[in-house]
Parts: sequence; structure tokens; C-alpha cells
Amino acid sequence: MNYVVLTIFFLLSALTLGSGIMVVTVKNIIHAALWLISTFVGVAALYMLMEAEFLAIVQVLVYAGAVSILVLFAIMLTRQITGTGTRQLHSRWWVAMLTAAALFGGVIVPTVWQQGSSWDKTASDAQAILVQQATEANGGTRPEIIPVAGTEELGAALMGEYLLPFEVVSLLLTAALIGAILIAFEERTRRRRVLTLAEELALRKRGIVEPHDEEGAVVPVDAEQAV
Amino acid sequence: MYESLWVMIIHSVLLALAALTGFAYLTLMERKILARMQHRVGPNKAGPRGFLQPLADAVKLMFKEDIMPADADRWVYTLAPILATIPAVIIFAVIPLGKDFVFFGERVTLTFANIDIGLLYLLAVTSIGVYGITLAGWASNNKYSMLGGVRSAAQMISYELAFGLTVLVPVMLTAWHNPSGDGLGSLNLTTMVDAQAGTYLGFIPRWFIFTPTGWLAFIVFLIAATAEVTRAPFDLVEAEQELVGGYATEYSSMKFALFFMAEYMKLIAMSALAATFFLGGWRFPGLENIGGNWGALISFIVMLVKIIFFLFLSIWVRATFPRIRYDRLMDFGWKRLLPVSLATMAATAVFVVLVDQL
Amino acid sequence: MLSTYAFIGIFTVAAITFPLLPLIISAIIRPNRPSEVKLSTYECGLEAIGEIWVQFKVQYYLYALAFVIFDIETVFLYPWAVAYGQLGLFALIEMGIFLMILTVGLVYAWKKGALEWI
Repeated sequence: MNYVVLTIFFLLSALTLGSGIMVVTVKNIIHAALWLISTFVGVAALYMLMEAEFLAIVQVLVYAGAVSILVLFAIMLTRQITGTGTRQLHSRWWVAMLTAAALFGGVIVPTVWQQGSSWDKTASDAQAILVQQATEANGGTRPEIIPVAGTEELGAALMGEYLLPFEVVSLLLTAALIGAILIAFEERTRRRRVLTLAEELALRKRGIVEPHDEEGAVVPVDAEQAV
Repeated sequence: MYESLWVMIIHSVLLALAALTGFAYLTLMERKILARMQHRVGPNKAGPRGFLQPLADAVKLMFKEDIMPADADRWVYTLAPILATIPAVIIFAVIPLGKDFVFFGERVTLTFANIDIGLLYLLAVTSIGVYGITLAGWASNNKYSMLGGVRSAAQMISYELAFGLTVLVPVMLTAWHNPSGDGLGSLNLTTMVDAQAGTYLGFIPRWFIFTPTGWLAFIVFLIAATAEVTRAPFDLVEAEQELVGGYATEYSSMKFALFFMAEYMKLIAMSALAATFFLGGWRFPGLENIGGNWGALISFIVMLVKIIFFLFLSIWVRATFPRIRYDRLMDFGWKRLLPVSLATMAATAVFVVLVDQL
Repeated sequence: MLSTYAFIGIFTVAAITFPLLPLIISAIIRPNRPSEVKLSTYECGLEAIGEIWVQFKVQYYLYALAFVIFDIETVFLYPWAVAYGQLGLFALIEMGIFLMILTVGLVYAWKKGALEWI
């Protein structure tokens, strides 16, 4: 079984990394967005392999399902770049690559340094604790399935230990929404919808026939207010 | 749960085939019922009473020429119908369809994947369902397709919110009468079905629709699910009066059929989910007493009847209501359905706590 | 647990072959006689004018943004709803605060007119 899992792990990693490379190299920007989705799904599958089911599903739900749609809309809103070939590589791409590698190394090297020798031991200790807890909860016999962290434990943790971060998240989300609206949206004083026949009739009944400006053009009415 | 690889493969092929058959006969059912509602006869030439019509359609579409516009993006154009179909099929994996059968000591399960986060799985799968249509619209390189694709994406994400919030109601109600008695809610669909066993006062089934807030959530769920699968009256994605064929304008032959298949399979899945969340799934008062294979068979039939009821409802709605205008659609989703679903959820939370305190 | 997910994995593979099979069969048996007119983009019988890459309304983007934010909110609600039955009144108040803050965002968007389609 272990070899099967290992093979699947390498396949998934190859898929994820390959898609990641495609994202930054393909010329068509919509294709890049598609490869990005593939990367997200690959990462979700890796989470699943680690039996972090909640995380995996949320990865698909939020990244592949929501963020990618946002990315697609952003591309479609930008007229110049859709569909046509865009050169993604700058002439000094290798500087960027070195920086990225250095940053990655900055994270991974200390971790390996600290944990490297005791890695297997930490994992097996954690496993032993999990098995012990599950056995106690099951009344002395070792259950067939040992959950790593169930959804209910996550919920209890959010409501207890991590209450403050949890509430701060809501503030952050609200701030993001308000900020986005402020940047992206210009308030319109008048709505320019063509009135439906029913609305026009309602206007006529109230004596407002055809609102004109000085030059005789029809002035759009705030439809809902008028009706 | 599954002993060997072969058992898994056989189960998955059977489930996929069942979904395919369901789709094929749903198209026939829809055409027949729509015809009756409009005082027509409907298809009746292929086979007895038109019973072989789906097969004839499939064969016809297979032999049709596949025209790919010269300006289309070749890869994405081919990928889109496949991407649309996959989520529509894999959604069935977590829906419990009935009790387990036992044949010669071998268990044949109708709860294919009994996972603890089944509900989140459903939401995740529905959320990727948007891509097929959006990409089809983009790849066709046609103005109508493009508009249809973008419209569909905006519509689906708008109603996904209300959808995601209302399904929290069954989760919390499961906490209220969880069979294991630990007072935990569950994202596991089998646990939800189990929580709906038994009756109130001896004759009202303990289905979630009969709870004080459940019926409201049920209505919101039906509306949101209809919009999710872009069925009438929310089928603006393919509004033929304004968008020709919407995202499918440039599609023909088998690729066109795949889009259709995805839509109808999603409709079946949503009907099954409505039954699971609010009508007790395969449960029915008195069914607990019937054991063995007969019990399993009857439970499956009960589930099937519930699904067909919702399918009929959807066809009936299609025959009755005109298509909604796009701005009204978005307004309805964000300004009506989203607040109502939030309120329903909050009311359920208060209700569950009150019941607990009393 | 893994065996259940293995089933989902196998079923996904089945679901991928599922559309591919008819596509391949149909590719073998169907006729293929393309012509220039047949392959042109459909635009009600007229020649297609202009590009399809028109700029879309900014509204689409705003809806998508609001969607992402509320989607994340919903994700937080799920573990809460599962654990809720055990946590009781305290959890209700905590989630009430969480939702209240987010509703402020929704009300702001509403009042500002960001949810107006036209």
C-alpha cells in the first residue's frame, strides 16, 4: 500500500508542479488561468493524500471554485489581454527564479535543519497519541478508522482556542469587501435601464409622460423610484 | 468498506451507468410530460410509446458531423464539454440511495462513498461545475456563446451562496436529533438520513421539512438548486430569444449532447439531494421493520419515487413559468434569497439552542 | 477512510472516461466534411463583425468579489454548524457577532448600489 501511496504522491506532485510551470509560461492568458485551476486541484489532491479531508475540500471550494472565477472575470474585464498571445517572460526571468529559489530555501532549510533528524519520530509520536486517544474514546478497543481532525474538532477549536482570530477574520473579510467596492465601483446617480411597458404605463398614469431635457432628448428616469 | 479494487471498479461503473440511464429517461419523461401539458402527444414513434426515443437520439447524435468553428480555441473547445460532465457524474458518489443489499454473503452497497464531509464534497463539486459552461462560451469565439458563458458564471456563483447557506440548516437539525445522541451536527449524508428516522406523534415522519425552520430552508433550497442547474425559469444561460443557443451555440454532435447530459444529471443529483436533506432520503415510516433484501429494494424504490417527484416538479415549473429577466435574477439572488437563507440559518441556530435549553 | 476516498478516485477516473468514450466513438463513425462557410462563426447568418473580446461590465467582477468573500464566510460556518449542537448558547453568540460584522459588509454593498445590476 505504501508504494501505491508514494506513486500517487509523485504523480500528483508532477501534475501540480507541471501545471504551475505552465501557468507562468503559456502565452494565452486564459490557458494560464486554466493551468492555475489544475494547480489548485493538484494541491487539493495532495492534502487528501495526507488525510486532511476538510482542508482538501475547502481548497477546491475556495480556490478552484471561487478565486479562479474571480481571476477569469478579471481577465475578461481587461480588454487588451484576452485571447491574444502575451509574452509572460521578462528578459531577466532568471533573477526572479533565483529570488524565488532563495526564498523557498529560506523557508525549507531551517525547517529541515531543526526537524530533519527527528522527523520520523515526531510523526510516529503524533500517530501514537492519535491512536491512544481514539482507543480511549472507543472504550478500550482500537477503532478501524482513526480521524486526524474531524470537522467537529475544528469547529470546537474555532469557537474556543482560536476565537479571536476567528472574529478578526470577519472584520478582515468585511474590510476586503468594502475596499473592493470603493476601488472598483463608481456610484451612479442615475440608472439607465430602459423602462418596461408596465413601468411606462405606471408613469403615464401618474401624469409623467415623457421626461425630456432642454434639447428634447428623453431623460432616463430612476425606474424603481418612479414606479 | 470496499474489500478490493475490482469491487470498487464494478460499483463505479454501475453507478455511472445508472446515472446515464437516469439521464436518458429523464429526457423522455420531460418531453412526454411537457407535451401532455401543452396538449400534444410527445415522442411516440421509436419503440412502444416512444420508449426507445433516448436511444434513437443518442445514435442520431453520434452520427452527426462535429463542426468546430475555425476561430475557436481547439483545446479548450474540446475540454469544455468534458469538464462540464465530470462534476455532474461524480456528484452521485456521496448520495445515499438506499439500504445495503446482501447477496450470498456479499454486501452490495447503495451508499457508495460514505464520507464524513459529504456535504462539503457536494459543494466543492458544484462549484467546479461552472467552468464547463464558462469555458465553452469563451472557447467558441462567438458573441452569443461568450455572453451565455459569462452570464452563467455570474448566475451560478450568485445562487451558490444561498445554496451553501441553506444546506447548513439540515446540518444543524441533524445535531438536534442525531441518532448517536452526542448532539453533534454532521456533514455526512448517511447520518443526516439516519437523523430523519422515526415519526412525530406516530404518523408525521421526522423529516427535516416538517421542522419549524426546515420548510423555509426547503423552499430556498429548491429555488437555489434550480438556479444552480440553470433550469427554467432560470435558464438565461441558453435564452434562445436573445442569445441563440447561449454557450452551446457553436456546439454540435456528441459535444452538444454532453452539455445536455451534464445539465440533466445535475438536475437528477439536485432532486436526490432535496430528498436526502429534507424528505428523509430513502427513509419512510415503517420501513425500519422490513429487513433484508426486500427492505433494501423498497428503500431504493422510495428514494426513486422521491427523486421522480422532484423531477416532475421541475418539469412542471418549466411548463408554467416564463424566463426571468437577468437583472431581476441577480437582484433576486443577492437581495432576496441570500438574506432569507441567512435568516433561516440564524433562526435554525436559535431553534436548536432553545430546544436544547428546554 | 482511505478506501472510501479511493472509491471516489476510481469513480472520478470512470467519470473522465465516461464523456471521452462517446466522443471517441462518435469521432470514428461520424462524417467529416468541413467547408469554409460551415466553419465560420455563427452570427445570425451575417458575417461576424468585430472581436468577441468586448469589455464586460465591472458588475461581474464585483459580484465575483462579493461571492469569494461570502464563500469564505460559509466555509467557516460549516465546522461551526457541526460542533454547534454541543457548544450551545455561547457558540450562537460568537457566530452572531461573526455574521453581524459580515452583514455590515453586505448592507454597505447594498446601500452603495454595488448589487444593482443596471
